[in-house]
Amino acid sequence: MDVEVTRLPGIGTKQEFTTASGRRLGVLTHRDGHRELLVSGRDDPDACSASVGLTDAEGQALGTLLGAPNLVAQLQDQQREVEGVSTAQFPIGAGSPYDGRTLGETAMRTRTGTSIVAVVRDHVVSPSPGPDFVFRAGDLVVVVGTGEGLGQAATILEDG
Amino acid sequence: MHSVALSLIELGALFFGLGLLGRLADRLGISPVPLYLLGGLAFGTGGLLPLEGIEPFTTVASEVGVVLLLLLLGLEYSASELVGGLRRSWAAGVVDMVLNAAPGAIAALVLGWGPLGALAMAGVTWVSSSGIVAKVLADLGRLGNRETPAVLSVLVMEDLAMALYLPITTAALAALGWVAGLRTVAIAVLLLVVVLVVALRFGRAVSAIVESPTTEVFLLRMFGIALLVAGVASQLQVSAGVGAFLLGIAIAEDTAENAVRVLAPLRDLFAAVFFVVFGLNTDPSQVPAVLPVAVVLAVVSTATKLAAGWFAAHQIGVGPPGRWRAGAALVARGEFSIVIAGLALTTGAVDPGLAPLATTYVLLMAVLGPVAARVVEPVHGALTRRLRSTPA
Repeated sequence: MDVEVTRLPGIGTKQEFTTASGRRLGVLTHRDGHRELLVSGRDDPDACSASVGLTDAEGQALGTLLGAPNLVAQLQDQQREVEGVSTAQFPIGAGSPYDGRTLGETAMRTRTGTSIVAVVRDHVVSPSPGPDFVFRAGDLVVVVGTGEGLGQAATILEDG
Repeated sequence: MHSVALSLIELGALFFGLGLLGRLADRLGISPVPLYLLGGLAFGTGGLLPLEGIEPFTTVASEVGVVLLLLLLGLEYSASELVGGLRRSWAAGVVDMVLNAAPGAIAALVLGWGPLGALAMAGVTWVSSSGIVAKVLADLGRLGNRETPAVLSVLVMEDLAMALYLPITTAALAALGWVAGLRTVAIAVLLLVVVLVVALRFGRAVSAIVESPTTEVFLLRMFGIALLVAGVASQLQVSAGVGAFLLGIAIAEDTAENAVRVLAPLRDLFAAVFFVVFGLNTDPSQVPAVLPVAVVLAVVSTATKLAAGWFAAHQIGVGPPGRWRAGAALVARGEFSIVIAGLALTTGAVDPGLAPLATTYVLLMAVLGPVAARVVEPVHGALTRRLRSTPA
């Protein structure tokens, strides 16, 4: 994929690429370091239909949301031969009962038969987290199991 | 002692008044420059408050204002950005110059102000206000648009061209004659090349002269060296502003960022004085007489800027709506038109009518520019729809 880098004298640097659907997506990094997410317009591809300022934390969160499916895709790839088993990712929301509690407390294996195989936090993947791993709001939990078990796991992480 | 007290009260009232005008400009969403000019007009001949005894301060302060305006302009751009811009978009720069210098020059010739007046007025209508343009682009969320690099490169080309235009104009106005005039221009070209080479190769070394861990020392060194360079440049007839501009280019990027941070408030302060002083020296009673010319110039030079921006955006392969947006974004004229007019007027070599004309013109364009940038999209959209729906 070609990422086009344009210097904007007096403002900063723009990095962008064109998606398969023909929209331009990019990030404008101002000279003072703050970043803006750019999405080109539908009618006029030269214009921006959205330019959203992002703080560091927000940029990181967006990166995790977009980057984490790669991990799930990889895991799914590896488990293709096992019939009936799939992988899913669930966020620990700000209101989740497990925000601040350990993995062991979810009793996930006992209650749903699924396994938590990884947790993604701020771009960093913790593989095979132990029972004393403490969840935090914003974590993405990668779970492997049957379709039914995964549905139950989602409910548990959301509502306890 | 009485005079000191009076001066302080006058200055205090002046700055406080400017603060109120700046707030008003912010509310209206326009550049404060036209309001400062209006403020100057109001305080001038037959104004509300006759300002006396503070001229020594305001004269020097307005000169410092010009130096800081150009220094910060130089700091905005790094040498590599300028050289890169020159390589990529010289054609857009030339088209912009030819189209937009012409209206001012022709108007001056028609008014009988001779070649010197034409040279000065050419600059007044040529240069867009980079301050207003950058603010408008950010306000309208157009920084990420594909035509924006074209808009910025036109601004970069204009600013580079100023490094030659200002010394040429200074030399011509000072009636130095051909030999001395050419010498001044040669010095300016040589300085520009040397500064670009030095900044590209040894930018760190220049920055090391002013770098300091404490803000206070850094500010004093930066301000000091800017005035020193400006003074020497002025002595060489290259014009103080150009010296400051070149110094700004020579300073490496991260030092430049710090410098902009500490100097921006000083620039705002002194530049405000400069605009007020320009307004003070303009006789408001002459404004009605030049108003028709200013309006014609405003209309014509809006059209020529639209064309220049259209061409620049076309050059980099932007579609029709983006080309019109680029043109409209560049319409605003402001601080540099006044800097050029101020330079011409201080020499006394041009018709004094230039002051009210430049003031009125900038008043119109500083307000018209942001409006043009806003309405260009709906207007273009409506026109395209009408053309499509009309059966051929």
